[in-house]
Amino acid sequence: MVDTQQAPIVLTCEQALKDKARSLRLDALEMTTRAGSGHPSSCFSCAEIVTALYFSGILRYRPDQPDWPERDRFIMSKGHAAPLLYAALADAGYFSRDELPTLREVGSRLQGHPIQGLVPGVEATTGSLGQGLSLAIGHILGGRLAGLDFRVYVLIGDGECEAGQVWEAAMAAAHFRADRLTAILDYNKYQETGPISREMALEPLAAKWRSFGWHVEEVDGHDVVAIVAKLEALAQVRGQPSLLIAHTVKGKGVSFVEADYTFHGRALTPEQAARAKEEILCT
Amino acid sequence: MHLGERAGLRPAKPMRDVFGEALLALCRDNPKVVVLDGDLGNSTRAELVRQAYPERFFNIGIAESNLVGVGAGLAGAGFIPFIVSFSSFLLCNAYDQIRLAIALSNLNAKVVGSHGGITLGKDGPTQMGIEDLALVGGLPTFTILVPSDPASMRWAVRAAAEHEGPVFLRSSRVAMPHIYPGEHALQIGKANLVRQGDDLTIVACGIMVAAALDAAAELAEQGVEARVLDLHTIRPMDREAIAAAARETGAIVTAEEHLLHGGMGANIARIVAEEAPVPMRFVGLADTYVESGDPEALLVKYKLTANDIIVAARQAVAAKRGGRP
Repeated sequence: MVDTQQAPIVLTCEQALKDKARSLRLDALEMTTRAGSGHPSSCFSCAEIVTALYFSGILRYRPDQPDWPERDRFIMSKGHAAPLLYAALADAGYFSRDELPTLREVGSRLQGHPIQGLVPGVEATTGSLGQGLSLAIGHILGGRLAGLDFRVYVLIGDGECEAGQVWEAAMAAAHFRADRLTAILDYNKYQETGPISREMALEPLAAKWRSFGWHVEEVDGHDVVAIVAKLEALAQVRGQPSLLIAHTVKGKGVSFVEADYTFHGRALTPEQAARAKEEILCT
Repeated sequence: MHLGERAGLRPAKPMRDVFGEALLALCRDNPKVVVLDGDLGNSTRAELVRQAYPERFFNIGIAESNLVGVGAGLAGAGFIPFIVSFSSFLLCNAYDQIRLAIALSNLNAKVVGSHGGITLGKDGPTQMGIEDLALVGGLPTFTILVPSDPASMRWAVRAAAEHEGPVFLRSSRVAMPHIYPGEHALQIGKANLVRQGDDLTIVACGIMVAAALDAAAELAEQGVEARVLDLHTIRPMDREAIAAAARETGAIVTAEEHLLHGGMGANIARIVAEEAPVPMRFVGLADTYVESGDPEALLVKYKLTANDIIVAARQAVAAKRGGRP
């Protein structure tokens, strides 16, 4: 073993964390605009969540050893937020930022949705929604067998909670008392075709998860310091898996994207992107 | 007359029993192997592992999507998962999960589809895996193994574990007679010659290998010498052996306990058409679902017997001699 392993980047001051979230948002904007496709608004809603995980000391990782057995796992179950994940992984040191502009191009490793094994740091192939939580349980069971104490974090979408597999996994995680598992729900209240309350109502959401045996907390999903505090507290939960419901805004940071859910599956035009960039820089 | 009797094959115990014992032996030798069950361990015989190594056996319940996902996660944690359930439930219920979490990720995970084909007792078409090979055929990174007897099942379980990458292994409820005496070293992707012959070649997998040998024995009495290949690996398919069979014997019959559409025979035909077009005939399930009933009666009704292979062989040989396709 080399003793020069790269360690996680840990930003301790609030402003630095906010700056990081802003920078990830800008990266996702630029990547999807350049590609001419993608899901920018779904990236914007989870920028603070991903920042908290990778850049506040929550996740234990070694970017130069992506398969380090003791690493904490992060599974981006809402795979359409891939650009934000790629930007975070690049900043964390898994690969060069020079690769980010190749998103969705022929020959690039940065597929429209993440592919496990293709990009260092990507723990799961996602994009068909509903699958991440099950994978997390497998990692937890494997960690137990191997005698390792890593934690597993999964970011799930709210629309994703319509999938039956999510509830199969919710049941199983409680059955296996997976207390090293924390799911974070990016509750931005919209799915592809409209408001969730209109398309397929999820409420009472926290009560549903509690009834499945989970410890549930809620947080302002754009208050990165509050997210960090909640995640630290949830790591202390024993005997049951935990869920952090992060109340977020789809398209957060760009007023005209926040106001129009149809930005779910399309990129901004270069003109829109220029306006969006200014707005994000002013946040 | 029992299956394999005409060819002088010894009867054996049910394939699922052989599978369960082989899986248990594998777990004994390899601590990295874990077993995931969809609450059918008593039927698939994966349960043998539960008794011996309870810490490495996980019943994920009647939830195939989650079953596959949890298995994939265990692979991500460095273990070699054997995900075992009925072929029909795994592939039809959790196809998307197998596709993303295992196939696209090129994960070192093993999917065992038990109760493949129509020979599973009287449970009927809902439980039959008649399309499993076609479905897993749609997952390009999967190696596909279909054992034909106890020795090849024992080989296949070990070969699946030793092969780095996704493997589908078909298991069966039915007994298949011994094709191979004792242990037999097979090789992934290499068809096994089980009978020499120059008049035609019968390429078979699973239970149809014994039926092919029965057919070959009777054909020999009529002066037709059939070569028989045990195509235990459906992918990667042994292009060389199939091309050689076409060139050297001039006619091919395929036999499988599976739908003809998208099955083994259709893929063999692709190779024959490219390498050495010769007359071909196909024994398998035409576009139909099967029904409840005694397995032997079903094999007769749905034309999956040695006699059906013989009819096909005569047609293929006649076409060859008549210069027809």
